[in-house]
Amino acid sequence: MTDFVIIIPAYNETGRIRDTIRGVRKVAEALVLVIDDGSTDNTAEEAKAAGALVLRLPFNLGYGAALQTGFRYAMKMGYKYAIQMDADGQHEPLSINSLIAPVLNDEVDVVIGSRFLDRGNYKAPFIRRMGMHFFGVIASVVTGRKITDPTSGFQALNRKVMEFYASDAYPADYPDADVIIMLHRGGFRFKEVPVVMHNAAKKSMHGGILRPLYYIFKMTLSIFVTLLRKE
Amino acid sequence: MTVQQKIFALIVGAGLFLVIIELVRRRRLAEEYSFLWLFTGAGIIALVLWYDLLERLTHLIGATTPTTTLFIFGFIILLLINLLYSVKITKLSSQVKDLTQEIALHKKGKHLEE
Repeated sequence: MTDFVIIIPAYNETGRIRDTIRGVRKVAEALVLVIDDGSTDNTAEEAKAAGALVLRLPFNLGYGAALQTGFRYAMKMGYKYAIQMDADGQHEPLSINSLIAPVLNDEVDVVIGSRFLDRGNYKAPFIRRMGMHFFGVIASVVTGRKITDPTSGFQALNRKVMEFYASDAYPADYPDADVIIMLHRGGFRFKEVPVVMHNAAKKSMHGGILRPLYYIFKMTLSIFVTLLRKE
Repeated sequence: MTVQQKIFALIVGAGLFLVIIELVRRRRLAEEYSFLWLFTGAGIIALVLWYDLLERLTHLIGATTPTTTLFIFGFIILLLINLLYSVKITKLSSQVKDLTQEIALHKKGKHLEE
């Protein structure tokens, strides 16, 4: 597992980040890299104490940019594979093994962990579920295969995909379903595998009514122009 | 509105819309900033095609002609876009300041370590 780095972007996850890192270290021997996205609490200190390498961003850039920082670090340090996961404990570390297998034996370039493939007990609020379903259908139609979890941040990838994620082509302001479509257009091989995701008691990422609307706009536009691009 | 005016407005609206889409496609314009521009282009097209709405709007704001309404709303949108830019620039300036300070502190810190 030493060619691996596990990238965890974190913003104000004090109290949760420690358990997440510990859970991961029980399963994998890889370097755990936490990107502290300008947290105003003790996230960085806690992560460091739990045994992770912490990169602190001077101020909050958002999930996508923090994640991309991890990929840029991984590229720079020569890592062959990376796993990305959430800091809040939603992603079950035990699923890591089923996630990396298809990448290790070069079956695909990136594996996307889907919480919906196995009919798990993951419950999401209605609007969120509708949004995910809607863009899942679009992604499925465009890529020609069944995509059940287009917004999943639980992925394993090889260096080819890492290079793409670290590049300017990656939608760092809000990576989501459009990333899958970009992977497809870029000729990367990918597949979904079932993973376990827990309903963490977390603050909602999509709060209010404006954010979901902007999300739909942004995603629709991003997917539309991606299809227009030649690459 | 005369047919000429309508055609001209449609060309402007559609042209704006297409130019913005192309800029986003080429990654010269981020999606975040494209929203209000696309909204403007779509708004112009909608108001011209749905003339009834334009007339009602004209009456509502007390303008004399529909062309005035288009002008006024175009102007208001420009004001809004500029305002948003001012807000964004404020944030960016603050971030640049923080980064600059970090670099200075970082350099000094390195000196001490050596």
